[in-house]
Amino acid sequence: MTQTINLTIDGVAITVVEGTSVAAALARSPLPAARLSVSGQLRPPFCGMGVCQECRITIDGKRRLACQTPCRAGMRVERDAKFRSDQHD
Amino acid sequence: MTDLHCDIAILGAGPAGLAAALGAADSGRQVTILDDNPVPGGQIWRDGPGARLPEAARQLRAAVAGHPNIRVLSGARLIGRPQPRALLFERAHDCGLLHWQRLILCCGARELQLPFPGWTLPGVTGAGGLQALLKQGLSVTDERIVIAGSGPLLLAVAASVRQAGGQVVAIIEQTPLRSALRFAAGLWRWPEKARQLPELADHHWRPASQVSAALGDDRLTAVRIRHGGRERELACDRLATGYGLIPNIEPGLLFGCPLAGTAIAVDDYQQTGIPDIFAAGECTGVGGSELALAEGAIAGYAAAGDVARARTGFARRERWQGFARAAEGAFALQPQLGEICTPESLLCRCEDVTTGAVAGAPDWRCAKMAQRCGMGACQGRTCGAAARWLWGWPLPTPQEPLSPARIDTLAHRPPPANSE
Repeated sequence: MTQTINLTIDGVAITVVEGTSVAAALARSPLPAARLSVSGQLRPPFCGMGVCQECRITIDGKRRLACQTPCRAGMRVERDAKFRSDQHD
Repeated sequence: MTDLHCDIAILGAGPAGLAAALGAADSGRQVTILDDNPVPGGQIWRDGPGARLPEAARQLRAAVAGHPNIRVLSGARLIGRPQPRALLFERAHDCGLLHWQRLILCCGARELQLPFPGWTLPGVTGAGGLQALLKQGLSVTDERIVIAGSGPLLLAVAASVRQAGGQVVAIIEQTPLRSALRFAAGLWRWPEKARQLPELADHHWRPASQVSAALGDDRLTAVRIRHGGRERELACDRLATGYGLIPNIEPGLLFGCPLAGTAIAVDDYQQTGIPDIFAAGECTGVGGSELALAEGAIAGYAAAGDVARARTGFARRERWQGFARAAEGAFALQPQLGEICTPESLLCRCEDVTTGAVAGAPDWRCAKMAQRCGMGACQGRTCGAAARWLWGWPLPTPQEPLSPARIDTLAHRPPPANSE
């Protein structure tokens, strides 16, 4: 009865229940952070309600808030290139 | 660029905004609600795969969705006020102007967060933030979770955690036991709330306590807890903190609305100090969804000019204002909470400014000039509220754009129409 959909986070495929927010989906990826802070610390979604802006992330090429964006089939979620190069080498 | 017109514009689709919309629309007005979340309901009725909405919320949402006089613009963020009676908004794929004759601000509240060592670690969220994430599909099965801060919301978050299969290992409440008991003993005046007590009661609840640090390297592994001058560590996978709610007054300030204390000032008819602008719900003072519904209905009727029907909501509003006063008194923040905020604690999460770097500044403006504190993406929404509690600095004056916006949205900003 619950529909699932597929999207990618930094190119890695992930399956979530329809209606899941991008912020909640991030928690299922190996690194549950949305971005790096200006001094390079991992930062996760924090307020969950569109106030703190910690979960800003690139979704289908546009800068959006993960906590206020529902996952859609085929969506591409990407952290900053700096984040990826720091975490995957 | 979308160009929309309405009689009454409402900012926010929580309980106050939905009630206001129905009131105004039933009085024959064309209503448009602007809301930044994907679906109406606000924080308390946030929907998602992990949410269970109360029947009353479902009915109200259905009534608004089916009303021919009401248009809802979801996922639309307020960016500015390019003309005296027009709002500039941005959605994921476009932007627009909403022209109004009357405006009702139902902007809600956000959690007050007090900085402490480690509060930026992955695994640490706001208390309401964790609840929102759970409703939106976060899985916490078998995780050990500590909830800390102040107020009845902590118990509601604990209930959500248990329901989602998580393990509540402690609820760290700053208020003394005596205050909480006095609040509980007075709940007979609001049987609707008293009935929720058994389902919310949790033997992990610890009064007169504080979380003083979140520990871990790349993610949270434990918290340090203070009680009666003693400290101990508690292993956990998540920490959710919230020190009560503070009204979202920034849109009100943008429109020049006078304040009463820390909230937007309103009269008996929910009219602000600015002609044709009304306000209802938590942005006029924190009081819960029942009070927000009562205020919203009054504001909706009053903005539509239906004074007689607006008055029918006065008694209900007064009853829930009493509840708001009782809760505020019982969970007033204790001064020793200031001690969890060490000089090394980050104050501004956007610009990585520590508390110690700005604590000596005489006011907010000096802190911003010297350290970029509050000048990041959240524009001081988080650290500004903390600095107000810690040092009494006024909240930063909101500037347009009110939220980070795309260049194409700003480029569509029309020239000011015959400014005085």
